[in-house]
Amino acid sequence: MIVFAAMTVSNKNIMRSIIYLLFVLIGMAAIYFMIEFYFLGAVQLTVYAGGIIVLYVNSVMLVEKINNPLPSVALWRRLLAGFLSAFGIILTLFAVWSYDFAVVAENQAKEISIEDVGLTLLSYGDHGYILPFEVISVLLLAAMVGAIVIAKTNKHEQITNK
Amino acid sequence: MISGISIYEILTVSTIIFFIGIYGFATRKNLIAMLMSVELILNSAALNFVIFNKYLFPEELGGAIFSIFIIAVAAAETALALAIIINLYRLIMSLKTDDLETMKY
Repeated sequence: MIVFAAMTVSNKNIMRSIIYLLFVLIGMAAIYFMIEFYFLGAVQLTVYAGGIIVLYVNSVMLVEKINNPLPSVALWRRLLAGFLSAFGIILTLFAVWSYDFAVVAENQAKEISIEDVGLTLLSYGDHGYILPFEVISVLLLAAMVGAIVIAKTNKHEQITNK
Repeated sequence: MISGISIYEILTVSTIIFFIGIYGFATRKNLIAMLMSVELILNSAALNFVIFNKYLFPEELGGAIFSIFIIAVAAAETALALAIIINLYRLIMSLKTDDLETMKY
C-alpha cells in the first residue's frame, strides 16, 4: 500500500497515478474489512474506489491528453518536500511508538453490525448522530447544486463572445 | 481487531501515507494530481479514526461514524473541485498552478 501511495505521487503519467491511487483505496478497504467494520469497507469501496476514481478518470480524459507526461519538478523543491515529509514521519512515529495505548483485549471486543451503525446514525439519544447526519445531507445537496452552477456555461457571455 | 498486528503498526502505515500525501501536495504542479494527494491525506485520517475506535473503544461507534462523514465530505469536495478545475480549463486551457492568475474571469 505504501509503495502504491509513493507511486501515486511520483508517477509521471497521471492516468497511471490514478490507478495507483485506486490500489491504495482498495487496500484501505481491505484494512476496514480485516478489523470487521464491514459497512465502512463497503462504503469505502463504492464511494471512493467506485465513484471518485471514475470522476477523476473522466475529468482527466476531458481536460488533458493522457500521454502527456506531467512536468518534472525542480530538484530542490523535491528535496525540500521530501526532507520535510521525512522529518514529519519521524516525529509522528516517535510520538506514536513512545505512547502507551490502553488497547482493549480481543475477547472483550464485540462485532459491530450494519444495524448498529444505522441505529446510531439516526438516534436522537446521547450518543446519536442525527444532527451531523442531516448536516452532511444538506452539505451534499449544496455541493451538487454548486457543482452544477459552476459547470454551467453562461449563456449571455457566450452570446457576447460570438 | 487483526490478530498479530498491533495498533502501532497500523498507525505507522497511516502516518507514512499521510506524509506521502503531504509530499505530493508540495511537489505536484498539476491541479488534479494535487487533488489526488489530498485524497491520500483524507484517507489516512479516516483510517486513524477507525483504528482508534477499534483498538481503544471497541464498544462505541464514534470513529466509524466520523469516517463515514469524512468519506461523504471528501466526495463532495472532489466533485466540486473537479467542476471548478474543468471550468478553469475551459477558461485558460491549462492545469498548471503557475498559470493560474485569476480567480474569476
